[in-house]
Amino acid sequence: MKPILEVKNMTMAFGGLKAIDSLDISIHQGEIAALIGPNGAGKTTFFNCITGIYKPTSGDIFICPHEKQERLNGLKPNIVTKKGLARTFQNIRLFSSMTVLENVMIGCHSITKAGVLGAIFKNAATKAEENFIVEKAYSILEKIGIEMYVDELATNLPYGAQRRLEIARAMATDPFLLLLDEPAAGMNPMETKSLDDLIIKLRDEENVSILLIEHDMKLVMSLSDNIHVVDYGKKIAEGTPEQIKSNPDVIKAYLGDESEDA
Amino acid sequence: MTATGEIKKSVLVSLWFMFLTFPIMVIRVNTVQDVVEWRWLNMAYIGIGTFFISMLWRYMIRRKEREGKKEKTDNLSFAQKIILDKKIFIPLVALTGLFIIVFPHMFSMYQTNIMISALIYVMLGLGLNIVIGLAGLLDLGYVAFFAVGAYSYALLNLHYGLVFWLALPLGGFLALIFGVILGYPVLRLRGDYLAIVTLGFGEIIRLVLENWNEFSFGPSGIPNIPKPPLFGVDLSLSGSIIYLYYIIVGLVIFTIFVINRLENSRIGRAWIALKDDEIACQAMGIDKARTKLRAFGLGAMWAGMAGVIFAAKTTFINPASFTIWESVIILCTVVLGGMGSITGVISGALLLILLPEYLRAFSEFRMIIFGAVLVLMMVFRPGGIINNVRKTYKFQKT
Repeated sequence: MKPILEVKNMTMAFGGLKAIDSLDISIHQGEIAALIGPNGAGKTTFFNCITGIYKPTSGDIFICPHEKQERLNGLKPNIVTKKGLARTFQNIRLFSSMTVLENVMIGCHSITKAGVLGAIFKNAATKAEENFIVEKAYSILEKIGIEMYVDELATNLPYGAQRRLEIARAMATDPFLLLLDEPAAGMNPMETKSLDDLIIKLRDEENVSILLIEHDMKLVMSLSDNIHVVDYGKKIAEGTPEQIKSNPDVIKAYLGDESEDA
Repeated sequence: MTATGEIKKSVLVSLWFMFLTFPIMVIRVNTVQDVVEWRWLNMAYIGIGTFFISMLWRYMIRRKEREGKKEKTDNLSFAQKIILDKKIFIPLVALTGLFIIVFPHMFSMYQTNIMISALIYVMLGLGLNIVIGLAGLLDLGYVAFFAVGAYSYALLNLHYGLVFWLALPLGGFLALIFGVILGYPVLRLRGDYLAIVTLGFGEIIRLVLENWNEFSFGPSGIPNIPKPPLFGVDLSLSGSIIYLYYIIVGLVIFTIFVINRLENSRIGRAWIALKDDEIACQAMGIDKARTKLRAFGLGAMWAGMAGVIFAAKTTFINPASFTIWESVIILCTVVLGGMGSITGVISGALLLILLPEYLRAFSEFRMIIFGAVLVLMMVFRPGGIINNVRKTYKFQKT
C-alpha cells in the first residue's frame, strides 16, 4: 500500500540557506510518526512546506488518502487543509476573540458551503448546516476533553486547554493526517501524559495518522511507531524508537561530536 | 501612594501647565494702546483647574487598573448586561422603535434632517464595521464607496432619468464592484500598508470626481437631484423629508438585520478568524482571498446605498462632501462605538454626529471636545462604548 504522505527529495532554500536539504519522508496509514531534531533543524519549515505556507524550492509532495495519489506542491494552505492535512502551531494560534466552540466551528469551514445569501436568508439548508457544525464541534470538544470551556473566549483558557483546543480545531477539518507542532511544549508531566493518551485515542478511534514534532523525548519514545531525525535540514536517521536511541549519528547531533571537543 | 505624594505630583503638573500656557493665556498685547496686559488671574485658573484634573485623571487610571486585575469571568459592562437581559432589552427596543416612529412628527424639520444625516452615518458605520470590526482590514478610503453610490444616483438620474428606487440597489451594486476592484490588488496587504493603499484609493476617487469635468461636472457638482417619489404623490418639502426619514430608518433596520445574520454565520466567523490570525485561518481551510473580497465588497455595498440616500437628501452633491475627513469620522464611529458590535457602532455614530450638531453653541470648542472625547475613550475604554459579545449555543447533551 502506498504511503499516505510521501515527500521526495524536497529542498527549501531561503536565499543561500537550505533550511531543508533534499529530504525524503514517508508516512503510512495508521502510523504515529515523530519528526525530531535539534533546534533550527528545519522541522517547522518542513511542516510549513507541506501545508502550503511555504512553496518548496524543489522536490515533490504526494498524498494518497485513498487509492489515488495527488501532488500537493504549490497549493494554497486552505486547499491543502481541504485535501485532509490539518496542523497545529508551535506558538499557539487560536482565534482569541471567539469562543472555544466557535474556534472549532471554524475548522468545519472547508466541509461546509453556506454563502452570503444563505447567511442572510437563513434557509433550511443553512440552518441544517449550522446545526450540523454546532453538534459536530461540540462532540469534538467532548472527545478532546475540553467541553467544559465551550462558551469561554479562547484567550481565557488555561495553557494546556489552549493546546488541546488547537488539536480540536484541526480535527474539525476531517483530516486523514494530523500534523502536530510541539503539542507538549510548556506542559507539565501530568498534562503530557494525558496528551499521550489523547493522541493514541485519536489514532485508534478517529482513524487519523499522526506526524508530530516534539522535543519531549519521553513522549516521542513512548508514542511513536517511527521516528525521523533531521539535522541542518537533512535526514540523519529513521527507525523505531529502539533503533533511534542507539543510533550514533543521532547521539552526535544531539550531544555534539566528541572528537570536535578533543 | 501617599496623599502628599499625590498632591506633589498634581502641583508639578499644574506648574507645568501654567508655564506652558503662559504665553497665550497670560500675556496679551493691546495693539490699540500699545501696552502689554498681564492677565495673572488666568494663570491662577489654569493652575487650580489642572491640579484637580490631574488628580481625577490619576484616580481614574488607578480605578481602571484595579478593574483590569479583577477576575475576567464577570467583565460584562452595564450596557452589555442590558443587551443580554431579554426582559429589559425587548421593552427597550420597543420604546426606541416607538420614539423613532413618532420622531419626525414631534420635532421640527431641522431636527428630522439632522437625524437623517445621523442615520446615514449609522449605515456607513455598520458597513465599515464589516471591513474593520469583523474582518480586521483597516480601510481609510471608505468614503470613496459613499461617493460612488451618490454619484451613480446623481449621474444615472441626470442622463437616463433613473428613479431613486432603482438607483438604490444599483448604487449599492456599483459600490460593491468598486469594493472588489479595490480589494483585489490589496489582498496581500495588511495593517499599515493596507491603510495607506485604501487612503490613496479614496483620494483617487475624489480627485477624479473633482477634475474630470465632462464626467462629474467637477467641483461645481450636480444640482437638482430628485428626492424619492411616493407612487406619484406630490410631496411638500416637509413631507418629503419625513418620507426620506422613514426610508433611511427602514434601511438601517435592514442593515442591522443583515449584518447580525452575517456576523453569526459561516462567513462572519471566517471574517473574525481572518482578523484574529491570518495564517491559522488559512490552515483551517478558509480561502483568504475570497473572504477578504467578500468583506470589502459587502462593506462597500452599504456605503453605496448610503450614498444614494445622501444624494437624495441633499439634492446636490460635489466632491467636497467626500473628503478624507469623512472617512476619518466613519472610522471614529466604529472605533469609538466598539469594533464588531452593532449596538456599539450605532451608538458611536449617533454620538459623534448628533453631539456636534447640538453643541453648535460652543462651535469654536467643538473640535477640542471631539478630540478630548476620543482620547479619553481610548485611554479608559479602548474596546469602545459597547464591546462585542459572542453568541453562545445551546446543546442537547449526548
